[in-house]
Amino acid sequence: MGDYPSRSVNATAGDLGVTPRHAQGAGYGSSPSNHDEPPLGGGGALPKKARFSIEAGFRGLSTASGAMVLVIIVAIAVFLISKAVPALQANTGDFFTQFEWAPNEANPSFGIAALAFGTVLSSVIALIVAVPIALGIALFLSHYAPKRLATPLGFVIDLLAAVPSVVFGLWGRDVFQEPVRDFSIWLNKYFSWIPLFGGDGPFGQSIMLGGLVLAIMVLPIVTSLSREVFQQTPGMNEEAALALGATRWEMIRTAVLPYGKPGVIAAVMLGLGRALGETIALALTLSVAFDISFNLIENGGNSVAANIANSFAEANDTGRGALIASGLVLFAITLVVNMTARAIIYRRREFRDSAA
Amino acid sequence: MAKRIEASNVSSYYGAFKAIDSVSMTVEPKTITALIGPSGCGKSTFLRSINRMHEVLPNARIEGSLTIDDQNIYDPDVDVTAVRRMIGMVFQRPNPFPTMSIYENAVAGLKLNGVKKKSLLDEAAEKSLRSANLWDEVKDRLDRPGAGLSGGQQQRLCIARTIAVEPQVVLMDEPCSALDPISTLAIEDLMFKLKDRFTIIIVTHNMQQAARVSDKTGFFSIDKTGDPGRLIEYDDTQKIFSNPTQKKTEDYITGRFG
Repeated sequence: MGDYPSRSVNATAGDLGVTPRHAQGAGYGSSPSNHDEPPLGGGGALPKKARFSIEAGFRGLSTASGAMVLVIIVAIAVFLISKAVPALQANTGDFFTQFEWAPNEANPSFGIAALAFGTVLSSVIALIVAVPIALGIALFLSHYAPKRLATPLGFVIDLLAAVPSVVFGLWGRDVFQEPVRDFSIWLNKYFSWIPLFGGDGPFGQSIMLGGLVLAIMVLPIVTSLSREVFQQTPGMNEEAALALGATRWEMIRTAVLPYGKPGVIAAVMLGLGRALGETIALALTLSVAFDISFNLIENGGNSVAANIANSFAEANDTGRGALIASGLVLFAITLVVNMTARAIIYRRREFRDSAA
Repeated sequence: MAKRIEASNVSSYYGAFKAIDSVSMTVEPKTITALIGPSGCGKSTFLRSINRMHEVLPNARIEGSLTIDDQNIYDPDVDVTAVRRMIGMVFQRPNPFPTMSIYENAVAGLKLNGVKKKSLLDEAAEKSLRSANLWDEVKDRLDRPGAGLSGGQQQRLCIARTIAVEPQVVLMDEPCSALDPISTLAIEDLMFKLKDRFTIIIVTHNMQQAARVSDKTGFFSIDKTGDPGRLIEYDDTQKIFSNPTQKKTEDYITGRFG
């Protein structure tokens, strides 16, 4: 096309008439074409690379932050193990099968099975109840509700996440317990042939109450993360589904849900993490029992975290060690859950990564 | 198979903004019609009005009537999903479903319409991928992600996905604007081939493309920004590019626009 001006510093030769935008004539504007400094794009000899730069500083800082994670994890593990081992050695019962928690006696005897079972069962109930509702709310907010409604509603959901767990616990104990008890009695009356709803009572402070309170606590986390993920579905994929003759629900099934699946799994796992680790809400709503029972509605139930909260105050050295050992088991459970989730997400990664 | 489309006095709105004003045109079956014109003149809006994708956007609505073989697609009794099955659409940017394999993408429309039998799906996948001139390139890796193909292949996959449901009409919204010249040529060849089976309407910014592929050409334009787009001239492609009746058309195709 035209003549490009030479790239030298004093490019006065550029023909302004032909290619004015490329011309870098001296005295044409200010700093970049000053005689003293070369223009930003270069000219003159290449400068040396700085040996100590902000760049290197940031690199060091972020590497240190990354290493910090490993240090913290190792420190926690060392602490837990060093406290737990003496108590486990003093245990006269079997840590995995004993249905009892008496670590403060002269002959300490305690087992994790009932606690671990209660933890997992209450969390599973929470997820079974919360996840479908949370996904429903998330889809409503992202794809059905008019914007004027979706924004404030999303805000309210986020607000629910900010309620401290002790408040949920008190509410569950003092308010929610009554309807749950009535519902349990009704279930027991008509469905006692299902082992889950059998028993002779008393009802109310049951694993079901604990699970339902947990469900309410898990709901906002799963909802807001899923909504975020659903909203990120590329509009052009939604349009592609609609243009193929999909109804709105079919469009969601074809484009939105598959696209959001890894995110939803991550959201559910975060919710599960909260449910597994939840302490005070369960300590307040369950009535302590040490057995493995699938009965959901009779008083009873316990969890690792709730047991730690309930027993820590009157524990002696061995007792504390035993509680720390139970904490270690909880840690192991969450680890397994998280790794499973990652494995699920990882399996389909080539489909996700190749998405434009 | 292919059907005739008749638009009369179609005006499309986004909220209060009128995007196109009173467009009337008749598209004959088994022809390729090109819509050309400057950006923002409403070609795409008109195209999206033909399969009722316009109304997907919030506050979008349309006036006038659009019939396909004398059936008004905007009749309140008409099922909008049936309209979109009958009138398929290929978009500007290739948009295969990122979570699906090549095979799944090709049969996505059939699955949406309740086809479950594996043999039928297999058959349709091969047929549509062959029709889209893509079969030979992908037959050994049908289970690979559709989004892992090159841009041109992705667009042909999208065409395969569209024609797998055997529509009557195929709308193409600048299908080659994100593609390199060789992929563009591949798609143009494909259009000639598909013309035997479908009525095709294509929006394009590339006037050579319009001249190469289409039987008829419609020229859209606007007077100034904010005004609705109008159909200035609609005639045989030959005539539009050699001897247009309107001064505006002539200015545009000779590059003296604006």
